[in-house]
Amino acid sequence: MTGPAIGPRAPGALESVATSAVTADRPRRNWGSPWAWIIFLIGVLYFTVPLIATFIISMRAKPLFAAYTNSFADPRFFSSLIYSFVIGLITVALSIALIVPTAYWVRLRAPRLRPFVEFITLLPFVIPPVVLVFGLIRAYSRPPLPFTNTDIGSSALLVFAYIVLSLPYMYRSVDSGLRAIDIRTLTEAAQSMGAGWFTILVRIILPNLRVALLSGAFLSLAIVIGEFTMAVYLARPAFGPYLALLGANRTYEPAAVSLISFGVTWLAMIAIALIGRGSRTRIQVGGAH
Amino acid sequence: MTFLELTGVQKRFGDVAAVEDFNLAAERGEFVSFLGPSGCGKTTTLRMIAGFELPTHGSIVIDDVDVTHRPPNQRNVGMVFQSYALFPNMTVAGNIGFGLRVRKRPSAQIAKRVSELLALIHLEDRGNRYPYQLSGGQQQRVALARALAFEPQVLLLDEPLSALDAKIRIVLRKEIRTIQRQLGITTVYVTHDQEEALSLSDRVVVMSEGRIEQIGAPADIYNFPATPFVASFVGTLNLLAAKVIDGGEGRISVDGQEIRSAKPITDAHDGSTVTIALRPESIELGEGGGVNRLRGVVEDTSFLGSIVRIRVRLPESQTTLSLDTFNDPNLDPPAIDETVTLSFPREACLVIGSGPAPVVDVVAGA
Amino acid sequence: MIERDAPPARPARRFLSFSWAGLVPFFLFSAMFLGLPLAFLAIGSIADNKTGAPTLDNYAALSTQSVATAFRNSIEVSLVTAIVGGIFGFLLAVAVILGRLPRILRSALMTFSGVASNFAGIPLALAFTYTLSTTGILTVVLNSIGIHLYAGGFTIFSKIGIEIVYLYFQFPLMVLIIAPAIDGLKPEWREAAENMGATGFQYWRRIALPILTPTLLGSMILLFGNSFGAQATAYQLTAGQVSLVPLAIGNQISGDVLHNVGLGYAMAMGMVAVMGISIVGYTLLQRRSERWLR
Repeated sequence: MTGPAIGPRAPGALESVATSAVTADRPRRNWGSPWAWIIFLIGVLYFTVPLIATFIISMRAKPLFAAYTNSFADPRFFSSLIYSFVIGLITVALSIALIVPTAYWVRLRAPRLRPFVEFITLLPFVIPPVVLVFGLIRAYSRPPLPFTNTDIGSSALLVFAYIVLSLPYMYRSVDSGLRAIDIRTLTEAAQSMGAGWFTILVRIILPNLRVALLSGAFLSLAIVIGEFTMAVYLARPAFGPYLALLGANRTYEPAAVSLISFGVTWLAMIAIALIGRGSRTRIQVGGAH
Repeated sequence: MTFLELTGVQKRFGDVAAVEDFNLAAERGEFVSFLGPSGCGKTTTLRMIAGFELPTHGSIVIDDVDVTHRPPNQRNVGMVFQSYALFPNMTVAGNIGFGLRVRKRPSAQIAKRVSELLALIHLEDRGNRYPYQLSGGQQQRVALARALAFEPQVLLLDEPLSALDAKIRIVLRKEIRTIQRQLGITTVYVTHDQEEALSLSDRVVVMSEGRIEQIGAPADIYNFPATPFVASFVGTLNLLAAKVIDGGEGRISVDGQEIRSAKPITDAHDGSTVTIALRPESIELGEGGGVNRLRGVVEDTSFLGSIVRIRVRLPESQTTLSLDTFNDPNLDPPAIDETVTLSFPREACLVIGSGPAPVVDVVAGA
Repeated sequence: MIERDAPPARPARRFLSFSWAGLVPFFLFSAMFLGLPLAFLAIGSIADNKTGAPTLDNYAALSTQSVATAFRNSIEVSLVTAIVGGIFGFLLAVAVILGRLPRILRSALMTFSGVASNFAGIPLALAFTYTLSTTGILTVVLNSIGIHLYAGGFTIFSKIGIEIVYLYFQFPLMVLIIAPAIDGLKPEWREAAENMGATGFQYWRRIALPILTPTLLGSMILLFGNSFGAQATAYQLTAGQVSLVPLAIGNQISGDVLHNVGLGYAMAMGMVAVMGISIVGYTLLQRRSERWLR
């Protein structure tokens, strides 16, 4: 595989101009390399064509925009979206409460346990969601912890399952955020002024992790809202199953709803990128379902 | 015979001129330093010689060949980067031999040359280490060897020692100069450390804000600074305000006490204020240092190792000046609040500007 | 005068002295909601469905035709999308980072990738159905200019179709993972290489690509794992016609009749093994490149 031929200067491309009029920098600084443009445009094509197709389909409902208005008119659209959103928020909040102290502790006090903790955070990659949800159902559908017997219990179980699912992303986000700030010195400074652990975490560490938390939280939210398998097997009225139902029964509405969710997600991503501009933490990666 | 010549070189970024009207003619084998504070354009000029920046104006000629528009990989100059820039995926030997490998030399020749250079930089047994296994000083030496391996016409060094400890810096800079003399290679050395520039170079180019302030041998730059900037940047300096009594005779008054300047004052009329520069080492305690006398009160003494620096306050104007004396273990420095007489020769008193002195009256150049 | 060292800044003695004490909530949570299901997995895989007695029959059943097909398909799809996704994702990232395109294109690609790498599942399958089914928009457009996709036997509802669709989240994932590594290529390396006479091609061949190779391989392994575990997309797209491991597991565990829970668990363990190996490979390659680039 040859790397793209970016940047080799054509030898002798410009005649030597001794002391005449101002010569601008070589054009290569202002244009992009042609290879780069070609690759980029292929990528753009591949990514936008399906979105355009979805849009066209969504517009075929008569009258125009009916697919969108119908979607909004469907009460289940909002109820399932709100349900998933709330579940998502709870998941994010509990994740943060669980992971930030953990990552902080690992960095500060127990660096030798780091490989173990990281291994655990990689496990959710390894277990397929369908298996995880079945394991959870089997474990918690009987005493002493019969989560699945009640609606609240099942929803709680779903939250726990989602925390597990988003563990890799949240942990990596928080960890790289912590790496960018010198937590040891901040902690010592705070302790010398009399702060306890809780104060340190809440008033000093968390605020400095804003961008990392935002991006991890956002990714977890995206995962939760789009998730299907676990919500279905736990019989929860979430957005994923709703979308599946829609896809099975309606022609144009699924297209509209897909586009809406994609668009909203992208806007939120841009918002995070704008907030995080200048910060040193990186936006976290995503994954498949 | 001029080997490296920069004529009228200018570099603009948009409206800002990073380098303006740079002219230099360096002989073959000469060691030239570009000295100045950050942002003065010294690195930009170096990069133009290397080919990483294109001058907006002017020409660069090496060995009678105009290379102004040659791409960097065709110039045959060797560059040592501030951050070493060793290729992390190659061993020391691989790094050093890279320039030769790119020129398609036979491997036997490359191996021989690499071991020559390893011997030159005293790292004979480190050839198959990786950069991350070396210390900063060792990495810098490998970077130097790498730049020299393909026998470039000019050697360029961009603040190569700034990331190293003080002691290693001194050792390495001597090594660099020794190697350079041995090979007789024309060298341009960029630094903001005036001690480095003065101790290493045949000539120093002092730069400020994109312009050359002065070019000259180290002693000339230090002893006869051409501009206030050079005077204040190179070496430590006392800058004092003085009133002109009689310009023609060089009589001026500091703190109400009369002294004589080195030369007659021509560009300031009697009664106006000028700035004078006094090197701390040219001032002596007591009456034996020269014809000029100043009386003051000792404010502070600092022990700097081989030198004791004494700060004296002049009674009327309350300005302070520092003088350096060699540390003599048998002699006590003067006590605080003791009244002392300072003396210095006429030649030490340089008038370097008209108008009031800048607020800071001792400017450290190191 | 007695000299005394300053007391250590860390007031460690005030709190619990076990270094792992603060990690208890995390370990507890993991044990309950990760460890326990895993344990059920493992135990279930060696238990007979009816009697619960220990047995290795479930693992033996892994070699049956249908299971072997599922694994073969999954591995093939994951391999293809990992390699293609890895290569093109890498090229995309290089294009926006080093190709001197307008800076805004880089941010756009990064944010888009953040979204697209998660745009999997039902919406993605639907989007490609709208695009490339027999009546899909693109199919129709191509037909009108004389390219008849379906005449050649192509269909989006196939293994190839799954691969095409999976690339939609594999490309962005690769872009996101490899971007920091490309940023990590110091410009001085390129300048030093040019200074010593190398062309752009030589720089890439001898320096940039060797430096990036561990990360490239590691990322492709991650892509492999990502594709292997994907499920909802394929289900929506092919309604289970193409047998993949996650789908097969779901069938076995929750299917109505003729389902074999033990087999499902055994397959799950097989999947855990595959994923586990890829994670280990990824970690080793990461360590290697981190060591060089210290």
